[in-house]
Amino acid sequence: MAKKKVKRVDLIFKGCDCNKVLTDALKMPKEEIIQMLLDSELKGRGGAGFPTGLKWKMAAAEKGNRKYIICNADEGEPGTFKDREILDQIPLKVLGGMALAAYVTGAREGFIYLRHEYRFLIPKLEKTLETFHQWMEDFELDFTVKLFIGGGAYICGEETALIESMEGKRGEPRNKPPYPTHDGYLGKPTVVNNVETLVYSMMVMHIGSGEFKTMGVKGSSGSKLFSISGDTPKAGIHELELGMSLDDFVKEFGDGNTKSVQVGGASGFCVPRNRFKEVHVGYEDGLKGYSIPTGGSMMLFNSSRSMYNVLHNYLVFFEEESCGQCTPCRVGCQQLLKGVEAVKYGEKSHKYLDDLLHLAATMKLTAKCGLGQSVANSFSSIVENFREEMIY
Amino acid sequence: MSEKMINLVIDGKKIAIAEGTLLLEAAKSENVKIPTLCYHEDLCVAGNCRICVVEVEGWRTLPVACATPVMEGMVVYTNSPLVRRARRDVLAMLISEHSTQCTTCYRSTNCELQDLAAEYNIDNEIYINLLKDKVFTIDRSSWSIEKDESKCIRCQRCVRTCAELQKVNALDVIHRGAQMRVTTFFDTEMSDVVCTNCGQCINHCPTGALTERRYIDGIWDAIGDPTKHVIVQTAPAVRVALGEMLGYEPGARVTGQMVTALKRMGFDSVLDTDFSADLTIVEEAYELLQRLKRKLVNNEDIALPLMTSCSPAWIKFIEHMYPDYLDHLSSCKSPQQMFGAIAKTYYAKKRKLDPKDIVNVSIMPCSAKKFEANRMEMKDSGYPDIDLVCTTRELGHMIRQSGINFKELPDSEYDNFMGESSGAAVIFGVTGGVMEAALRTAYEVITGREVPFEGLNITSVRGMEGIRDAKIKLENVLPEWSFLEGVELAVAVAHGLTNAAQIMDDVVIGESPYHFIEIMGCPSGCIGGGGQPIPTNDEIRKKRAEAIYTEDEKKKIRKSHENPEVIKLYKEFLGAPLGELSHKLLHTKYTRRERV
Amino acid sequence: MQKRESAIKAAVQKHGKERKNLLPILQEVKQIKNYLSRSDVAEIGVEMGLALAHVYGVASFYHFIDLEERGQNIIWVCKTISCSMKGSNDIVMTLKERLKIKLGETTSDGKFSLLETNCIGWCHKGPAMLINDEPYTDLTPEKVIQIIDDYYTNN
Ligand SMILES: Cc1cc2nc3c(=O)[nH]c(=O)nc-3n(C[C@H](O)[C@H](O)[C@H](O)COP(=O)(O)O)c2cc1C
Ligand code: SF4
Ligand code: FES
Repeated sequence: MAKKKVKRVDLIFKGCDCNKVLTDALKMPKEEIIQMLLDSELKGRGGAGFPTGLKWKMAAAEKGNRKYIICNADEGEPGTFKDREILDQIPLKVLGGMALAAYVTGAREGFIYLRHEYRFLIPKLEKTLETFHQWMEDFELDFTVKLFIGGGAYICGEETALIESMEGKRGEPRNKPPYPTHDGYLGKPTVVNNVETLVYSMMVMHIGSGEFKTMGVKGSSGSKLFSISGDTPKAGIHELELGMSLDDFVKEFGDGNTKSVQVGGASGFCVPRNRFKEVHVGYEDGLKGYSIPTGGSMMLFNSSRSMYNVLHNYLVFFEEESCGQCTPCRVGCQQLLKGVEAVKYGEKSHKYLDDLLHLAATMKLTAKCGLGQSVANSFSSIVENFREEMIY
Repeated sequence: MSEKMINLVIDGKKIAIAEGTLLLEAAKSENVKIPTLCYHEDLCVAGNCRICVVEVEGWRTLPVACATPVMEGMVVYTNSPLVRRARRDVLAMLISEHSTQCTTCYRSTNCELQDLAAEYNIDNEIYINLLKDKVFTIDRSSWSIEKDESKCIRCQRCVRTCAELQKVNALDVIHRGAQMRVTTFFDTEMSDVVCTNCGQCINHCPTGALTERRYIDGIWDAIGDPTKHVIVQTAPAVRVALGEMLGYEPGARVTGQMVTALKRMGFDSVLDTDFSADLTIVEEAYELLQRLKRKLVNNEDIALPLMTSCSPAWIKFIEHMYPDYLDHLSSCKSPQQMFGAIAKTYYAKKRKLDPKDIVNVSIMPCSAKKFEANRMEMKDSGYPDIDLVCTTRELGHMIRQSGINFKELPDSEYDNFMGESSGAAVIFGVTGGVMEAALRTAYEVITGREVPFEGLNITSVRGMEGIRDAKIKLENVLPEWSFLEGVELAVAVAHGLTNAAQIMDDVVIGESPYHFIEIMGCPSGCIGGGGQPIPTNDEIRKKRAEAIYTEDEKKKIRKSHENPEVIKLYKEFLGAPLGELSHKLLHTKYTRRERV
Repeated sequence: MQKRESAIKAAVQKHGKERKNLLPILQEVKQIKNYLSRSDVAEIGVEMGLALAHVYGVASFYHFIDLEERGQNIIWVCKTISCSMKGSNDIVMTLKERLKIKLGETTSDGKFSLLETNCIGWCHKGPAMLINDEPYTDLTPEKVIQIIDDYYTNN
């Protein structure tokens, strides 16, 4: 992977004439918009990194005229707050992205699934929706967007759980396949995109896919918003090109004493200082541990922090936020939490950590959805790299 | 539509199988059994226990066989080291939140979790026992069902059963994460919710979390009490299923051996619910005719269709869900209760017994019968019609406890009187049976001729479809029933409460085209009852049904009104069907209930 | 009671009886008293024609659909790591002292309930909390006391 120093970008929040971008885009054939997105190699910014152009293409290929566009604003990953900022600052860009998706797929209804904790944004969003619906009338695009407010459940960020909850059920992830693009909200083809992804789809229309691809690295093109918190003098939201090394990142954002960085929130990986140089932030080779895809949560910890406390905090989070339907996640989260406590308090031998690592590996292989599968990410990376802190 | 075939490799073997097939079924077709827990063929797929994981080449995770369809080019391993290790871990996790007191569990040796734990040699001590920090209650508030949360593995089979098969929704999942569990509305006791006591949840529970309330000890105590005259009656569906508890294949008819066993166990009199099933048919057929007359001749505002009332789960269902339509129910008590009422009056008199010394025990394929026996109104003789009810499963346990070598037992006949029965009564045990029995009698009463079906087998009401209907034209009727000349009697049969609800919804909007409807609370009727041996599935239900029809055909008497004991009962005691004494002893009324 | 029942009817009427409207209806009714009682949940089920156990199952799934009685205002302090590193514990302690209640409790005047919650999306400005829908960030013990005092003087 090509190395780059941390490069700041000012694209997302920069003023741009949304109306004009839409006017131009909606004149283009649908296939051309899809092609532009495919060319841009834009990948989903919600965490999973699915190519956005491909998702829209799949939904567009579905028959029938009832389709839905859902903006996933359930931002709940510990350490992410960029979607809130986007919705607060540039909601029209988000809606513009939804309109593009609607135009491309033929959907006529859309929803913003807003997490309960962001209710304070409702008045502003409702006002924006008025403007937006006026635009839709002007463009003669039959597309309306409603707000749907979440009930307070991290798992509802998972797209099928989100859909279940919109259908009046418990937010429990579904078996896949079928995928939402085929069988989503109320059984109809549905595009679920992250807030930030939708904005970038507008940006690709605005600057062109070629320009977009000049940023980032191969396989991880473009820029991304990072939510930076923890032991850093520069906490906040920063738009950076993808592909940077953690070393460069820490040089820019660390407090000089950074011991580890948690990339991707509680469900992401903990990278210790001695591996900063080899780890990059992007989508490629995510599984090998050398590059880490992320929804943008970056938490920095300096040497005054106990990694046991960090892990404990994550495990409590998972134990509460697991939907509880599948065995590996419901029981596994409890076992990991009780297990690290038992080791810490000397009720179990430190060798029990190996049993727990094994258990985490099973969770990763067998859990039904991304939540249960990714508990092992933080668990294993923290326990393996800071084993002594778990014991003493 | 020609099916598209999918090519894949399972455990090294290339196969082609129809698109849409699940890996679980594909493996089964290759004689590979993948372990399952949350999967049940009666129910929709949940995919939440994760025990059925398999390995697929090139996949990042292990998919579940029960919810993953075959895909072109897939290379699947059902028993790789990775798969075995994952399954062991999943089992170990389930066991860590499960009360593993197998030695004292009613479902021991008939538990899917126990079987798998043994198969995979699970070490109980790998992970921390999660039960220690939680408080669990055993809900014994219901007469019928016992719920022990500490044994629940959260497969949600009961939840899906209650929703999909029965449309009752007494149980659901609450909270999430570590707190997630299965319970009733705000943890209300089972006795106070919409639960119909059908026991289908018990039959679909892989462990001992849901079981019937057991009355085995009370029965032994009664038998051992010399001052008591203990009568046992056995329901039609028990004789074709009990064998499964005692080493026989599904579908075995063990009537004679069962009777012998009951006698050896010490019951003073071994009698047959089939006797009172015949009695029920006579009463109910006349009730139908009376209603038709009042409607067609007198133009009275009489509720039609008439609906059967033998299934206590159905009764409680309609009381909760359609309380405004209780007048559609036949006022006839169920055969179990009629039997009890007659036993404590006519039988007592004939045997010169004080009814207070009689203990009526019934063996039922049903858990709801336990509730029915304890309904306030079921003591018209001054004594409870029925004292103790146990299921087919409990009887299986009792026979084992008694040390009897069941398979070697000779056959015996039921004691008389109240031991004689017709084939019409036997088929009560299967969906459509009550209808067929009633038609055999009603048609003959109206026309003076036998029903016009080959061998008296009214095949149009037989079968396993959820709702079936039939029409019979009444011609050349006897003068007494001239108002029925030319009338096409329209009847329907439904089993499983979801189908019952569908029938009721038509009644509610006034579009039910029927005169008479048979409803059984459980899928396939009593042979699939909540008190029957576990497992119960489609294949097993079919075998039990076949056994029932064979039993019918072997009977000398095939029509209820020809049962000589029933004829004698009317002559010596009751007078006529729907007579005053019948009304007092054999008929009942119903209660409006809330929908909690 | 009368008023609440008619509010439930109105909410169901407004959103429609289809199951997909369950969450908005639960939220709207919850808004009235900051929690849903057993009889509220039952009433919603009856009005919508849904099984009561099911409505309970759905309601109990969501963190902000409270099924326990709460005060007029609910304080949710973020307990996730970024806020915790910035001292959310001190904030909770200050609130406990100021309000004279423990976590999960309601003040005797019914004004405040004190609860914790997972990440509320203000990690860069921790410690953070919500009072009802309103976020408060960069908290210090002094600031928190001021906020509470303002609530008492203004409302
Ligand atoms: C446990 C879990 C939580 C998730 N939370 C979010 C979220 O808060 N916001 C989001 O956009 N995607 C979230 N996702 C990812 C979504 O399932 C989905 O992939 C995403 O919304 C797709 O949009 P994108 O392609 O634009 O990224 C979550 C996934 C999992 C497994
Ligand atoms: S992995 Fe966890 S959150 Fe996902 S379905 Fe299983 S229990 Fe629910
Ligand atoms: S049997 Fe497949 S997940 Fe439970």
